[in-house]
Amino acid sequence: MDAFLTSRIIADVLGGLTNGVIYGMVALSLVLIWRSTGVLNFAQGAMPMFATYVGFALLSYHFGYWLCAVAALIVGLAVGGLTERLVVRGLYGKPEINPIVVMVGFLIVLEAVAAAIWSSFPRSLPSPFSSIDWQLGGHPVSLSPFTVYEIGAAIVVMLAVAALFRFTNLGLQLRASALAPEVSRLLGVRVGRLLTLGWMLSTAVGVVTTILVSSNFFTGLTPQVNDGIFAFGFIAAAVGGLESPVGAIVAGVSLGIILQFVQDYLNSNAQIIVALVVLIVALMVRPNGVFTKSSLRRV
Amino acid sequence: MIAIENLSVSYGAVQALRDVTFRAETGQITAVLGANGAGKTTLLRTISGLKEPKSGTIAMDERMLVHQKTEDIARMGVGHVPEGRGVIGEFTVEENLRLGAMMAKVNLKSGLEEQYEQFPVLGERRKQHAAKLSGGERQMLAMARALIAKPSVLLLDEPSLGLAPLVTAQLMHTIRSLCETNDLTVILVEQNASSALRIAQRAVVLHVGQVVANDAASVVAADENLRQYYLGLVE
Repeated sequence: MDAFLTSRIIADVLGGLTNGVIYGMVALSLVLIWRSTGVLNFAQGAMPMFATYVGFALLSYHFGYWLCAVAALIVGLAVGGLTERLVVRGLYGKPEINPIVVMVGFLIVLEAVAAAIWSSFPRSLPSPFSSIDWQLGGHPVSLSPFTVYEIGAAIVVMLAVAALFRFTNLGLQLRASALAPEVSRLLGVRVGRLLTLGWMLSTAVGVVTTILVSSNFFTGLTPQVNDGIFAFGFIAAAVGGLESPVGAIVAGVSLGIILQFVQDYLNSNAQIIVALVVLIVALMVRPNGVFTKSSLRRV
Repeated sequence: MIAIENLSVSYGAVQALRDVTFRAETGQITAVLGANGAGKTTLLRTISGLKEPKSGTIAMDERMLVHQKTEDIARMGVGHVPEGRGVIGEFTVEENLRLGAMMAKVNLKSGLEEQYEQFPVLGERRKQHAAKLSGGERQMLAMARALIAKPSVLLLDEPSLGLAPLVTAQLMHTIRSLCETNDLTVILVEQNASSALRIAQRAVVLHVGQVVANDAASVVAADENLRQYYLGLVE
């Protein structure tokens, strides 16, 4: 294989990986909510977008990038918790269409309010890492300090979520509340609080995603920043299986890499078509998702 | 001790329990018997706070349980092993037990050792998923998970359901010895009346939500009318 083709493939894989971890994280946050409350959160992009705007409003008061990021995470936790308590709690056990309609409405409201307060012009968050690719022997290697930061942060978040669920008592209670709420209550688990916590965590994961995307000079933060990412994240969650956190991440990363090749070898407009084809084929072959073990689910 | 007075529960227009009154004493097994639809499971669900009563009171020693949240009732020391056992199949045996121990703030290590000693098969399968256990083993796990929290009251809903006669006999023997060694108040809901009456000290017979008998288990077991009309025990 000639050197040009090799470097092009490497560039596509790395670029796809960067997008893929973002899709994987969106899919992961969707799965966290679906597993614990049975709600498909269509405002999963808008809620962290709003929190990121609030956190990074501190830039005007000369706070640094990292302090703003921490503030955005804290606001994200609050937005997630309040949404669960005030908007979603009354929807549990209702027909599945009810939460979908409410969350789509909530998405529209949040984006409109954000545009009214902060305008729709992209504002680039001042990333502490350079987006200029490193050079190797005089050639760029499709890898910049910013890309490493983006992939590294996404991996750290995914590992942290996995460790929380696998190794801690809190994770055990979160999983139990999602799998068997009534049995969990009989064992003294405060299921209501844990559902709130699930929404808080999921929104916080979304805030990390939003910060990473908005810190990219070419994207910036807008009220619609997460709309496209949400669409691909949603497809990843459906392909991987809404019950499977691992499936969500693997499907997200795979989708990112596939779409990067599509963009490179076809064009960027073909990406959504290919993504939908992947979704349709995957759902025809494995209706419950590629990584879900369970059998039938009511839809 | 659990004291239930004039308890009435309904599902919409259907009255599931009507003026139910009885006491379950400490250190004793009180069997609650009756046919399908008699209100046995509703009774346990109401004690645990999963169902709100229409009227009446439930007291554990001096504390009122009515209107309390299920999780608070569990933390007060009421262990409830629901119908169908309620073990979490996706969790390992040890994770199920960890979940049981968590709220009671008991020492996990010694709690686990105690339960593995009581139910050796659980110790052998501690890393296995609960979904892979047999029916009898799942029942053991459900009981161990309730017991690890050191409850003072144990509510058992149809523990013999789906078990072979020999396994049922062993299970009933275990329930009896657990009740005696831990000074537990046990309310045992059973359709398998003869097994339950063999180990219980007291028996309450429910018929369409009403108490038709509340006496020593030996008296209920010897009552031909009760045996024939309410317990389905025909010689």
